[in-house]
Amino acid sequence: MNIVVCVKRVPMTQEVDLEIDASGKDVKADMLAYVLNEWDNYAVEEAIQLKEKTGGTVVAVTIGSEDDEEVLRRCLAMGADKAVRVDPGDRPMDGLVKSRILAEVVKGMEYDLVLTGVQSDDVNDGMVGVLLAEQLDAPHAAVVTGIDPQDGGAGVKVELEGGMDELSRVNLPAVLSIQTGINEPRYVSIMGIRKAAKKELNVVPLADLGIDEDALTPMTTVEEYFFPPETEGAEILEGDAASVAEQILKIIKEKGVSI
Amino acid sequence: MGEIFVLVEHRQGVLRDISCEMLWKANELCTGLSHTLTAVLLGGKDEPFVNEIAERADKVLVVEDDRLEAFNADLYKGILSSLIQEHKPFITLMPQSPWGMDLAPSLSVKTGFPLATDCVDILVEDGKPKAVRQIYNGKIFSKVALRDADCYLMTVRASAFPPDAVEGRAGEVVKLDVPADLPEPRREFVKFEDAGAGAVDITQADLLVSVGRGVGEADNIEPLKELAEKMGGLLSCSRPVVDKHWLPKYHQVGTSGKSVKPKVYLAFGISGAFQHVAGITGAGTVIAVNKDKKAPIFRVANYGIVDDMFNVVEALKEQLS
Ligand SMILES: Cc1cc2nc3c(=O)[nH]c(=O)nc-3n(C[C@H](O)[C@H](O)[C@H](O)COP(=O)(O)OP(=O)(O)OC[C@H]3O[C@@H](n4cnc5c(N)ncnc54)[C@H](O)[C@@H]3O)c2cc1C
Ligand SMILES: Nc1ncnc2c1ncn2[C@@H]1O[C@H](COP(=O)(O)O)[C@@H](O)[C@H]1O
Repeated sequence: MNIVVCVKRVPMTQEVDLEIDASGKDVKADMLAYVLNEWDNYAVEEAIQLKEKTGGTVVAVTIGSEDDEEVLRRCLAMGADKAVRVDPGDRPMDGLVKSRILAEVVKGMEYDLVLTGVQSDDVNDGMVGVLLAEQLDAPHAAVVTGIDPQDGGAGVKVELEGGMDELSRVNLPAVLSIQTGINEPRYVSIMGIRKAAKKELNVVPLADLGIDEDALTPMTTVEEYFFPPETEGAEILEGDAASVAEQILKIIKEKGVSI
Repeated sequence: MGEIFVLVEHRQGVLRDISCEMLWKANELCTGLSHTLTAVLLGGKDEPFVNEIAERADKVLVVEDDRLEAFNADLYKGILSSLIQEHKPFITLMPQSPWGMDLAPSLSVKTGFPLATDCVDILVEDGKPKAVRQIYNGKIFSKVALRDADCYLMTVRASAFPPDAVEGRAGEVVKLDVPADLPEPRREFVKFEDAGAGAVDITQADLLVSVGRGVGEADNIEPLKELAEKMGGLLSCSRPVVDKHWLPKYHQVGTSGKSVKPKVYLAFGISGAFQHVAGITGAGTVIAVNKDKKAPIFRVANYGIVDDMFNVVEALKEQLS
């Protein structure tokens, strides 16, 4: 199977005090550390496992700046054969614009499957995969936790709510958005990344794709970022660990739980 | 007078909560705008919950066909896009659920109408809808405008709005024919499978000791298991703990796991993503331990401890022995 996998670099935001920048429409990025989007990590692993089973190639694609090449190198180290970065310059992009760019890139390739993550950890749109499918006029499935290639198609497991799964069969080529837990992503060492530096990483300026300006107009624009409105929030228990533990046990007993 | 559409979600003959939540919000929007509220039900023959919907809408458009009993993006997209072209609803609300995420973006491309996903609120300013969204794991909110259009599409986050019915609506149920030119679906439903059952049932526990990714590694689960046993509670967890195979799926709390209703829920190293928090709305008291004082879990917890979880776990174990 020939598989294209779309990946994105995202900031880590746990244990970080985010600040909104002067524009009021973005966060200050200089203090942040970045990683491969969690969902995309599973998507790349899935692509590579499918390739190991069925043959073919895996191409990783990102739309981003030179800094974002770091996640492509990681994909190459995991086993992707080739990587492509589309450089969008500093134009505003929403999910629609990204899907149009990705569609143009994918159209130029031979593919049986395109994999994306279910959502990106920063903006939480959860839309690029299915938008891309529609641009390619390909069938799709969102929130996929299992892929079983069968002749001409694939059995697909989709995760619903409450521990329920839905099994279906999809025609290929198809676009699938991958959910966490579908596999166990392999470990990537610094050595591995160094070794993969020899693999092909093409940079494509957006202009080379020849997409007309109209198609690159976002359907949404951010008007403002703000901090979560004040809520009552939690009453913070103070003191050393022993005193906190005492307070916790007291609360638990008060709530009618016997321990 | 304009119209607002709500695409109701249902499964195996049951209306899903998110449908009522969307109808609640649509009712509020319709009241403010003097629009009418139209629920759209695509389903199998004689779905049993039509009245539940009618009580919450001015009109229910029903398209019934065996092929629509289970969700199918190709068919839903085909029918909805022609209904939207015909009625030109100001806003169409859909759920940000696995099915909604499968449908809404393709409907947006098909109709050319702009889409904002995962809205936790919807405002109307100068006659234009604005989406309020949560980003960066709930640490930042954003207000988003949509490109000018005749119709707008929005998906709504679960539990963002109450599921309550509003007095005074008794919607007319209008059955429509299945369009003759329905496309051949490119994806076929096979069956549902229950992946959630297992050795323990966390939904019945009075006390849950719940672990999140903050636990760090598989070996660190053991002290929490011991704590849960010492307290006479059950061990539960967030999704990453299951994804990493540190605990089996039946321990998972949240939208894709179990909804729980313990008297006390102790959350250790859980950030408080909405998919997790949606599973603990029924909990009596939530006590959260997290190193990050800005973790969103502290917004929903009753009590918070800003500390390394293992300090607190050890101290609790000491007090109990
Ligand atoms: C369709 C869909 C369905 C989903 N369903 C679910 C679901 O059912 N249930 C669910 O839980 N998630 C679900 N998720 C995932 C959800 O979005 C979050 O990714 C997940 O809940 C995060 O889990 P977490 O809080 O354990 O991890 P993180 O978000 O990584 O948080 C870890 C927390 O631990 C803290 N921490 C780290 N070390 C320590 C320490 N030593 N002591 C104290 N605190 C520490 C950090 O500050 C951080 O706040 C779903 C996602 C999608 C897209
Ligand atoms: N800049 C990008 N470059 C390549 N793929 C992307 C980009 N942004 C999003 N994606 C893909 O789309 C998925 C869903 O992202 P989103 O719709 O932004 O939540 C991600 O998991 C990626 O697979």
